[in-house]
Amino acid sequence: MTVESTAARKPRRSSGTKRQAGAASAAKAAAATAQTHDDAAPQLVQLLTPEGERVEVADHPDIAEFAPFVADITTEDLRGLYRDMVMTRRFDGEATALQRQGELGLWASLLGQEAAQIGSGRALRDDDYVFPTYREHGVAWCRGVDPTNLLGMFRGVNHGGWDPTTNNFHLYTIVIGSQTLHATGYAMGVAKDGADSAVVAYFGDGASSQGDVAEAFTFAAVYNSPVVFFCQNNQWAISEPTERQMRVPLYQRAKGFGFPGVRVDGNDVLACLAVTRWALERARRGEGPTLVEAFTYRMGAHTTSDDPTKYRRDEETAAWEAKDPILRLKAHLLATGAADEAYFAELEAESEILGKRVREVVRSMPDPDTMAIFENVYADGHALVDEERAQFAAYLASFEGGE
Amino acid sequence: MAVQKLTIAKALNDSLRKALETDPKVLIMGEDVGKLGGVFRITDGLQKDFGEERVIDTPLAESGIVGTAIGLALRGYRPVVEIQFDGFVFPAYDQIVTQLAKMHARSLGTIKMPVVIRIPYAGGIGAVEHHSESPETLFAHVPGLKVVSPSNASDAYWMLQQAILSDDPVIFFEPKRRYWDKGEVDFEAIPDSLHGSRVARAGTDLTLAAYGPMVKVCLEAAAAAAEEGKSVEVVDLRSMSPIDFDGLQASVERTRRLVVVHEAPVFLGVGSEIAARITERCFYHLEAPVLRVGGYHAPYPPARLEDEYLPGLDRVLDAVDRSLAY
Ligand SMILES: Cc1ncc(C[n+]2csc(CCOP(=O)(O)OP(=O)(O)O)c2C)c(N)n1
Repeated sequence: MTVESTAARKPRRSSGTKRQAGAASAAKAAAATAQTHDDAAPQLVQLLTPEGERVEVADHPDIAEFAPFVADITTEDLRGLYRDMVMTRRFDGEATALQRQGELGLWASLLGQEAAQIGSGRALRDDDYVFPTYREHGVAWCRGVDPTNLLGMFRGVNHGGWDPTTNNFHLYTIVIGSQTLHATGYAMGVAKDGADSAVVAYFGDGASSQGDVAEAFTFAAVYNSPVVFFCQNNQWAISEPTERQMRVPLYQRAKGFGFPGVRVDGNDVLACLAVTRWALERARRGEGPTLVEAFTYRMGAHTTSDDPTKYRRDEETAAWEAKDPILRLKAHLLATGAADEAYFAELEAESEILGKRVREVVRSMPDPDTMAIFENVYADGHALVDEERAQFAAYLASFEGGE
Repeated sequence: MAVQKLTIAKALNDSLRKALETDPKVLIMGEDVGKLGGVFRITDGLQKDFGEERVIDTPLAESGIVGTAIGLALRGYRPVVEIQFDGFVFPAYDQIVTQLAKMHARSLGTIKMPVVIRIPYAGGIGAVEHHSESPETLFAHVPGLKVVSPSNASDAYWMLQQAILSDDPVIFFEPKRRYWDKGEVDFEAIPDSLHGSRVARAGTDLTLAAYGPMVKVCLEAAAAAAEEGKSVEVVDLRSMSPIDFDGLQASVERTRRLVVVHEAPVFLGVGSEIAARITERCFYHLEAPVLRVGGYHAPYPPARLEDEYLPGLDRVLDAVDRSLAY
């Protein structure tokens, strides 16, 4: 990848600037280049700088609409967000290690995306409903899903592993973009019921190319549905950079469908919380869908099967490491005296306990019973399944000892 | 060197390279096919050598990939499309079934659709859901499409060449768990016809018919049966649309017994069609009903159960015994 194309994907600069030059009007191009590079320019809502300093509304009027949504956040709350991110990262790291040890078949790490997930996840009310893709381990954490439940499908013992209605957190969806339509339909139902809850659909930048996602936008707009489309733009869809998916910044796409789009600094947990709360409020008030583009970075491989050295430069990863969402909040907590080293050490110990539990639970996860193949194929039963189940049972019994 | 020992993956890669070299109208399209060389590295190095205009990383949109391939074909190109995994072909299913398959007929034969859709398919690699499915019947059922699957390196190389040369759309199912199996490829051979079957092992007591990943299982079963004194013939069908019924009939007339093996669910699968046709054609030759071994009427299970779900040696031998017991 060239330096130029990396630059084009930096926040705060129209990602299409360079390449659009031919087609776009000169004025438009000039406006795009003129955009400043400070962290709270209109294209990127940011409340905490990478150095951990609070961004003042007075200096950045464009965040005025969002900042009030975290005005109530206390020091205690900030520590809570920090803890969520640390625990999620620890869990994620443990899962990656377990995959390396052969305990999981595959793992999709969220490393680097903790702020986007915890910020948006903590904005939710219990009665809101979440439709995740397959990387939303931090959102699951916020919903109260036991993290070990997320590992069954990656270990290969089930295709889900939790009851979505317990925590209003739907099963992971692997087919890219499909769940955005489910979320929209669910939101249409919420609206029909006259409820004031909201729905969030998570998806990636790559997913935004799928027809399903465009159709979800259309339905949500036409039916004014209470759904927040939360895209974690982590810059890559396996080996393909965002330039292979879009030529204008994603959040701008919402406008064409008739609802607002916002780009938020996805490594700033506070900004993610504020923007998601804002979007959820709109949904609850009956003002319809919103597209939130959390501008973030996938620090690890796409999944444990992937080899990012084939397509990605180390410098790029290093630049994003400097924006690490956890270090950013830590710097803030330290600078403001909201937490001290003892606190961080305590948290470290707590996260170790989580890691140990995850390890133990995964290692002792039993393989499913063979006959589970025939379970739950239909709700009302089915003669063919019954017949095949019986045949299969007889076949197994034919072995010595009836295995 | 005319003959080389290659993995199926490398044979496919060589085949694509040859096609790109031979015909400037051939294009490779798909997700991650460029720098990464595809998630299975089947297109490894091709973008480096043929450029981004020939080996095209596409947006993550299967309907878009196949739909634009149709347009490129209308414009005289020969797109070879990669769908990353079997379970992800369905966003493109609409384009394949409603458009690609019918263009030639609708244009009264004036339009050709030389589009190849490569799909790494079937199970056995311990993957998560949507990565192990065998949807071949869903395509074989559609008039206008041709559906094939190689089982060895030589066929991988040659069948892909032939598919690319074909003026009809070809759904090319690659048995992903066999990608790393090695076999000899004769680069100067005159290949078998794309849609002909092949006797992979001769035998006299019973015919096992299979394609793609199951051919190896059937060869192992035939070897095991031989130790018990049973002579089992294995026919590699190679093509699921059209099916070489003449070749299969000839085998069944010799052996008088047939067991069809595939990973896809048995119900309404390729084996069902074969059982019906062979029964019609060979009614007076058959000593036993045509039996089928395959997947169940259940979603492909989580990885830890796939060994139980997939037809293995025991299930195939069990069917062999049942057939011979008639
Ligand atoms: C319909 C479909 N096509 C292809 C795939 C294979 N695949 C899995 S993840 C992925 C990249 C997704 O990128 P993005 O949407 O940006 O999300 P990210 O994984 O980066 O969070 C691809 C191509 C899939 N799961 N579904």
